[in-house]
Parts: sequence; structure tokens; C-alpha cells
Amino acid sequence: MKINANGYTAKKLNIMIGRSNDESIEIEGVIGQRYIGTALSGKILEIEGAPGNALGAFLDGAKIELFGNAQEATGDTMNAGEIVIHGNAGDATGYAMRGGEIFIEGDVGYRCGIHMKAYRGNSPAIVIGGKAGSFLGEYQAGGTIVVLGDGRAGGAVAGYFCGTGMHGGEIWLRSQDAPAALPEQVKTERVKGVPSNVEMLIKKWCAKFGKEAINYTGDEFLKLSPDDANPYKRLYTPN
Amino acid sequence: MKVRYILPAFEVLRDESKCVNCRLCERECANGVHSFDSERGRMIANDAKCVDCHRCVCTCPTGALKIAETKDVYRSNANWSRAAIDEIYRQAESGGVLLSSMGNPDTYPEFWNRLLINASQVTNPPIDPLREPMETQVRLGSGRVKIERDENGRLKTALPPQLELQVPVMFSAMSYGSVSYNVHAALARAAKELGIYYNTGEGGLHRDLYGYGDHTIVQVASGRFGVFREYLDAAAAIEIKMGQGAKPGIGGHLPAAKITPAVARTRMIPEGSDAISPAPHHDIYSIEDLRQLVMSVKEATGCRKPVIVKVAAVHNIEAIASGIARSGADVIAIDGFRGGTGAAPTRIRDNVGIPVELALARVDDRLREEGVRDNVSIVVGGSIRSSADMLKAIALGADACYIGTAALISLGCHLCRSCHTGICNWGIATQIPDLVARLDPDEGARRLVNLVTAWKHELEEMMGCMGINSVEALRGNRLMLRGIGMTESELRLLGVKPAGESM
Repeated sequence: MKINANGYTAKKLNIMIGRSNDESIEIEGVIGQRYIGTALSGKILEIEGAPGNALGAFLDGAKIELFGNAQEATGDTMNAGEIVIHGNAGDATGYAMRGGEIFIEGDVGYRCGIHMKAYRGNSPAIVIGGKAGSFLGEYQAGGTIVVLGDGRAGGAVAGYFCGTGMHGGEIWLRSQDAPAALPEQVKTERVKGVPSNVEMLIKKWCAKFGKEAINYTGDEFLKLSPDDANPYKRLYTPN
Repeated sequence: MKVRYILPAFEVLRDESKCVNCRLCERECANGVHSFDSERGRMIANDAKCVDCHRCVCTCPTGALKIAETKDVYRSNANWSRAAIDEIYRQAESGGVLLSSMGNPDTYPEFWNRLLINASQVTNPPIDPLREPMETQVRLGSGRVKIERDENGRLKTALPPQLELQVPVMFSAMSYGSVSYNVHAALARAAKELGIYYNTGEGGLHRDLYGYGDHTIVQVASGRFGVFREYLDAAAAIEIKMGQGAKPGIGGHLPAAKITPAVARTRMIPEGSDAISPAPHHDIYSIEDLRQLVMSVKEATGCRKPVIVKVAAVHNIEAIASGIARSGADVIAIDGFRGGTGAAPTRIRDNVGIPVELALARVDDRLREEGVRDNVSIVVGGSIRSSADMLKAIALGADACYIGTAALISLGCHLCRSCHTGICNWGIATQIPDLVARLDPDEGARRLVNLVTAWKHELEEMMGCMGINSVEALRGNRLMLRGIGMTESELRLLGVKPAGESM
């Protein structure tokens, strides 16, 4: 099924997607409609254009491939599924996601992967081809964030306050430079090459965007992880 | 030599003539206060461990126990209270942020007790609720809809989703994790029986309680614990928590000690790590951003469920509520600074926010002035202690009330304010299986149903004495209230006349 989104509201689009018997749906001419594919499962969306905020919020197993840039709050509270963005993504991408994977060819804005958490067998992942803005992975409680810094000459690949409040999961930065203002409870390790789970994510990212994994996986990475599962218990005293 | 700076706040008084050494108190006290001294053949108590929860007193078969505030006093000082001194000792010892539980216990002025209710005499007769019908049903949701009919008179307009309450009261948000499974089970059963709703709080909805979905409000907070499609689908309404009265501007922090496998499963988080949900939603920095989350949630549920936005009563609450009324939300929940919690930094709990009475009156006024009052319903919480508080809240402009602390007290809570320790001898704010088992959900539900039913009767009686026969006619009817012992500005803010002044 093919939909030209021109003139349709997001609500109408979602109703059309929901009612369609086709597994695979192409939507073209998207121009700012928000909430496309909210809580969707069991479908594949191919989108051309510029969807608005909250693309694939609460996504529950569907696959979304976007040929264009994503705005804010893509994959908010995503439970399962896959979002592939041939372009850049805005702020708060993958907020509180607890399953599924997001692959971004270019950069992401601020607050990507905040509150990301692992849950039983689910371990969410975000792979960012370019660079991430500030507050990457704040309050992260699980899952994996990879920033490849593709095409960057050097310097940190994530902005300020990366991992503040982090108490689980891992952030892998393909860079030798640590982001500025890293909080105390985040420990950093320099690692040459990546473990198999991260390698698998990078390979998937490469397959989607026509890149060679060998150009990334053997490089030096900075691994960020919390120093404790309860880094804040020392902060309090019972009264 | 180790010096104890902080001395026990309570004394366990045991009447030796009544004690039969049955050692029940020892088994009932998870704090480890009581023990049997086999050498001397009698029970002894470690006062320092006592939190004054009264479990031992209430279960002692011979009535041999009493707990008293200690008679030991520091040199009296009107400025430096014992609590102030002890808190300094605690912080000097630990370097930590003080953590407390339940609502603000300090001696701030409150206004419910300074509002008096009118009654009919002679000219406008009272109504006897035993004989005349009384309407306590209310509907929550947006009433802002232009009714259009087709040529056959059928409704063309899709009506916005609403909640129907048989009594204008609901059980406010208390998360599974902060309270036990049995508390949630009791709240769910009672809500169903009463035709009202309970709120899951931000800790997710236990699988076994999905069947009560029609009477469940699920919460979405910054940490998004347990939020996924089925959770949203299961509920009657969805509440976005922006703030809570006990800790405005502060988020939740459930310590790993309270995160059992079942709690982790329900919250959908890893076991053994703290559950942190910080103050801000990091995707909400404006009313437009709030609108986006409201609309995402609505889109995820086919726009079939009302969305509540909960905020704490703070200085600028009027403007905040005005924004929320335009955000697409159906209900605004306002939580006053007396509102309870499982754990909050003491300084925040005791110093931040404003009384809900003032917030409610101002918000109701502001929304009316701006012509958007019908966009939303208003629900208030933060220490509604009786049906009289509830009635006064409605007369000030609320559509319904949230009760949290009152519900827990009906389940046996004795307000010892130790929830943050994870030990609760009443089986309420704990995840320790032996303690949780002390609260029977059926008995709990019965007590909750009794409480709300009694409040309903009292509400009917009070309305009857005012000559009012429906909650609808009471709402925002501030002429039915008079203030006593208030300043001019307090009266002005509440929009009520002083007692003694006529209509």
C-alpha cells in the first residue's frame, strides 16, 4: 500500500495505517505530521519526507525506515521494533526506550537515549553514525548507545554532561576524547576494538547505510559505564 | 568511647503486670525492638529501634504495651527544636541529604479547618438524604465540545472521553514498589466496588491487576516505568505526572532494596539497580512539549481515554494550569504541599509548594476568567482528611478529590513516616513477603469501601443540610463557604467571605 500524506492529518494517517491489511506501507510526501506509527506493531513503514515529532512513539514491534530527517522524540518509550533514519534525528531520540533498535545515519540532537533501560531479555540499542548532542544517555539504566563519529576529524563525539545519572547500560564512543563535563559516577575505559554485541550493532548499521564495518569495529573506542548500580544511595540519610 | 548523639525519640512502656511473655511483639516488630531476656525471664525493648508504628501495641493480646514520646528532653529552646538538632546530628554523621516519608508534618497554617459550611434554615429547607434522592455521581473530562445534531436529532459530535465516578473521590497515585502488591490489590478491588478509580502511580501495573483496568488510572512519569501499549490500553485513563505535592521539582527514587523481581518486572527495569525518575521529563520544556506527550498518549490509545496531567501546587500554579487547560489534557490534578510520598528529601517535602486550598481556588478562578474552565476537570489531593475537606474542595471549585494518605490509614497505616526504610510492619510500604502478607487485600478492600461509603453518606448529609442535592450544584459554590480566622488576603485568594457576613 502506498499513501501520499499530503493533506492528511497524523490521526488520519495512523487510522489508514491501522486499517490497512498490507504488512508493508509506503508513505510519501510527509510534511510535519506528528505521531506517525505510534504504538504500532507488525507492520513495516517506509517514509519519505519530513515527519514531525514523536515518530514511532511507544513503538511495539513495527519497523520504520525514514528517508529524510527525523524531528524530536523519535521512538519515545519504544518497546520493540526498529527505526532506521537516513538522515539526522532531533532531540530526545529514543527517550526511555526499553527494547528494539534505532539506527541513525547522521547526527542526533540533545538528550538522546535518556532513561533507556534494559528489561529481562530486551536490551535496546541506538547507533548514531555522526555525533550526539549534550546529555546523551542521561539516567541510562540499561541497553547500548554507540556513537560512531563518522567523518569526524577528531574531538569528542558527544556533547556535555554525557551519562549524568547513568546507573546501567553502556555508551560506546568511537573517539579518543572524552566528552566534556562527564559526571563522577561514570567510568571511562579506552578499548581497542569492540565486543561482539557492539560489533553486531555496528555491522547492522553499516549494512543499512552501505558502509564497511571493518572501518569502525577495530578502532579505539571510549566505553562509558556507571561505577555502581545504585550510585546515589550514598546521597541520602534516613530522617 | 562511642558517643550517641541522637537519643531514642520513643519509649516502649511495658506493663509488667499485664505482659505474659508471649513474645508476639517480638514477632510483629520487623524493626527488632522487642526481645526476650531469657536470663531474667522477661521481655525487653530497644527503644532506639522503635519508629512508633504501634504494630506491637495494636497486636498485644493483653494490652501491655504503650509507646510514648520520650520524656528525655534537650534543654528547651523555642528556636532549636529537638528535630532541628537531631537532623544536624544525622547530617554531621552521614553527610547525606535527609530523606523522609509521608506528607509534610510541620505546623503550617491550613485552610480546610478555617472554612465553615452553610446550612439552610426556614426559607430554603434542608434536604433529608434518607428520603430524597442525592446525586453524588460526577464525570471527569473535557466538557468543551460543540454539540451538533443531524436532521434526525442524532448526535454528530464525538464526545470527549470521560471518567464516571459514583463518589467524587479517587485513590491517588501510589506506585507498586513504594507500596506492596496487597495495597494495590485492595485499592483495585475497592475502586471497582465503589465505582471509582485508583491510580497505579509510576511503577507500572502488575499483570494480575489488568482485570481491574476499567477502574484503573495508569501513570506516565519521566522514567516511563512499565509504560507500554498494553499498559496504556488496559487503563480507563492515563495520568502524566509532572510533579507531586510532597516533592515538587523532585522525581522519584525507589531504592534497590525495594526492587524485588516482581517490582522490577512490573516497572520493566533491571533488578538490583535503583529506579530513578528525575524531576523533569527531559522531553518537556514547555506547554507545547506537554501537549506533544498528551497527544502521543492519546494517539497510542486511539483517543479513547481521558488524559490527566498532575502537577504540584506551586507559586505559579495559575499560569501552569492555564497552559495545561490548553494542552489537550482532559483533567488537571493538583497536589498540595501536604501530599504524601514513599520517600522525599525532608527539606523539599517540608518547604516547597503551597497549600492545595489556595492553589485550587486560584486555578478555578483563573480558568473561569479565561473561559477555559470547561476544557478540563480539576482534581485535588494533598491531604484530604475527611468528607468535610472533600466537600469544601468541591465548593472551592474541584470536580473530585484524590486521597492517598487517608486510604493508607484505612488500611492500617499509623503514619510513622518510615516508608523510605522499606520496613513497614503494617504490610503497606514494604516488599518483604512476611510483612506484605499481614495486609489481607480482601479485608483491605472492605475497609476502603467502608471509608468511602461513609464519606459518601456524610457528603450527602452535608449537602442536604445546605439544601443542595447534587455535587454538580455544589461545585464552585463558594457562597456556601465562610472563612474564619483568616486575613483579608487569604479570604481574597480563596474567594470566600468572612464568617458572619451575609449573602
